[in-house]
Amino acid sequence: MSGTFLGTPAFPTAARTALGDSQLRRNLAHATGTIRTKRAGVVGEVDEWEQLRLAGAAIKERVLRHLPDYLEQLERSLTAAGATVHWARDAAEANAIVVGIAQRHGTDEVVKVKSMATQEIELNEALEAAGIHAWETDLAELIVQLGDDLPSHILVPAIHRNRAEIREIFLREMGRAGKAAPEDLTDEPKQLAAAARAHLREKFLRAKVAVSGANFAVAETGTLTVVESEGNGRMCLTLPEVLVSVVGIEKVLPTFEDLDVMLQLLPRSSTGERMNPYTSTWTGVTPGDGPQEVHVVLLDNGRTDVLADPTGRQALRCIRCSACLNVCPVYERTGGHAYGSVYPGPIGAILTPQLRGVGSDPQTDSLPYASSLCGACFEVCPVRIDIPEVLVHLRGEVVDAHKKASRLPSVQDVAMKAASWTLSSAARTERAARAAGFGGKLAARVARRDPGGRTVLGAVPGPAGAWSDSRDVPVPAEESFRSWWERTDGGRSRTSDSDSDGGRS
Amino acid sequence: MPRVGLMVTCLNDTLFPDTGKAVVTLLRRLGVDVGFPAAQTCCGQPMVNTGYFDEATPLVRNHLDAFAGYDAVIAPSGSCAGSVRHQHGLVAERSGDPGLVRAVADAPPVYELSEYLIDVLGTVDVGAYFPHRVTYHPTCHSLRMLGVGDRPTRLLTAVRGLTLLDLPGATECCGFGGTFAVKNAETSIAMGNDKARHVRETGAEVLVAGDNSCLMHVGGLLSRQRSGLRVMHLAEVLAQTEPVISDAGRAADRRSVGSAGVSA
Repeated sequence: MSGTFLGTPAFPTAARTALGDSQLRRNLAHATGTIRTKRAGVVGEVDEWEQLRLAGAAIKERVLRHLPDYLEQLERSLTAAGATVHWARDAAEANAIVVGIAQRHGTDEVVKVKSMATQEIELNEALEAAGIHAWETDLAELIVQLGDDLPSHILVPAIHRNRAEIREIFLREMGRAGKAAPEDLTDEPKQLAAAARAHLREKFLRAKVAVSGANFAVAETGTLTVVESEGNGRMCLTLPEVLVSVVGIEKVLPTFEDLDVMLQLLPRSSTGERMNPYTSTWTGVTPGDGPQEVHVVLLDNGRTDVLADPTGRQALRCIRCSACLNVCPVYERTGGHAYGSVYPGPIGAILTPQLRGVGSDPQTDSLPYASSLCGACFEVCPVRIDIPEVLVHLRGEVVDAHKKASRLPSVQDVAMKAASWTLSSAARTERAARAAGFGGKLAARVARRDPGGRTVLGAVPGPAGAWSDSRDVPVPAEESFRSWWERTDGGRSRTSDSDSDGGRS
Repeated sequence: MPRVGLMVTCLNDTLFPDTGKAVVTLLRRLGVDVGFPAAQTCCGQPMVNTGYFDEATPLVRNHLDAFAGYDAVIAPSGSCAGSVRHQHGLVAERSGDPGLVRAVADAPPVYELSEYLIDVLGTVDVGAYFPHRVTYHPTCHSLRMLGVGDRPTRLLTAVRGLTLLDLPGATECCGFGGTFAVKNAETSIAMGNDKARHVRETGAEVLVAGDNSCLMHVGGLLSRQRSGLRVMHLAEVLAQTEPVISDAGRAADRRSVGSAGVSA
């Protein structure tokens, strides 16, 4: 993948691409709908699902509260098991470590297990810059890489592609990167998978160095875990001589028993399976079995900044299952690229601004607003991250950062201040309501009635345009509720009501 | 007799006063003498959800002052009830004023209308009559922030003459989302159009919900599309007792709220 998310416009603009692409909208709706249904089925059959969620959240919370201790314990366990542990403050340090290891072994290629952490630090680009090919071996990552595309989903990075498009990419690009696709390739999933398998097989057998991430890292034993569906990960983790794993520091788990909870939560939430086909665990080096040189790069890259925020830190509980993406009505319509990050969807909207920091980049600052706060994400999150709460909190952080920068107040700042001033006094509110009612009276002359008899306006110019392009605008009632209450003593006095029908009939 | 205060919400006050009148009518019919503290304005949710916590702080204080002395607060809005229940504490904490944090914790409980009717009054059949085909949209905040569950549909099912039709994809957000409807207007409309399509598929005459904000959004789309469908707040349906002349809506809007509202 040579492209990066750099230069993605702010969310509302970036969303237009997908909103206007009916093929993409269909691909997304079909794919997310399918996964949603599967997830609901396998989650629904677990009686103690809520207890599992609470347990998962508690385990991750404990890790975050005592992160330094667990990380040092992990380092000790890994070292004792024959692995080499590296600490990387940021992307540049992590990339330099991995590139250095590959160079030391004189290789011009590495095979890769699907890994969000390496996407986050743009490791492939760093390796390519050093003349080392990084071959993605996960089917969807391969599709993204061959198509010189960007990932749009945490679990299925090529979710925005359909079978016909994948067939085209394979026919066009596979030959340039290795074994070509058969010329009579159809868009049957079986055939597409077979073509990918043949293409990847020679790379698995040839590669000396593999790069992976990890879903979990057990502090007690020094055991790393990768959970996958295709078996490509298993090939990478067992065949090459050298294995380098880039692991976010929040991936640590206290004990091996904790995997019991996590390995129930993750596959059901992620792929909608009771258990994923391949769960690989490895503990340092086992003589004569698998990679004989094992490196673990523990990556910070902004995570300690996230940890410093008592409200926002729950985002570090994330186990990258992508359930929140699959239920998100915004994600379903805008796709993943609109989020301008390898972490799209609801989790991306709270993780990316925290990893990057808010207040300096309009694209990043638009992410906490890329949600209607419907709460579907919180409902399905296996580790109970209250995403809506964090979104609102981060909106506050964005606003405060802009105020602190002491620029001129924005139009929004002024409007909010004015609204706050008006609404903090009932007398001022009443005056404003009367003015609105008078406006409503005037507007009623040019308005029409909706079927409920409500007075509505069609498209109007000015700031209300964003609303009224497709939505009729309700006209303020000629008499507000508070005025009605005052005039009729809450409806108790027998004042005729015919002159105060709320401007509707 | 507990003192119950109506939190009419700023949107209903200005744009949809009939909803407030319907709540008054309904509660009086059920023997609840509801008060309306005139000092109330807005719960501050628009500010909070746009990130303006400082600007929301005086509104939280005002809300607490206005409803001090009441035993319970009723709001015909899942989203505003949710804001008071779940966001006032966040605003207070961010303000750094321990007095405000305590005041929020000690504030009278706030109920969304269907919660109050079923949990407090123990009433499912409110004696309403509404001979129409209706579909119900569970708004996100009432569904997921408050967890009102099937209370609204139980209330609707008990209404005489009413046919309740299932809404496909009912629990999916309509796309209003407050500030979202304007900041991300195109995505909001895409979501709203899907909701409007599902509503039309049901063959209902009326779309009912517990939040006029969401109804304003979906209703604005339905009205622009000249769908002939009406939107009504749950309170307005539950307040109806008289047969309405069913010549396509107009007369139905002669609500029994204003005049019938006096029969306590």
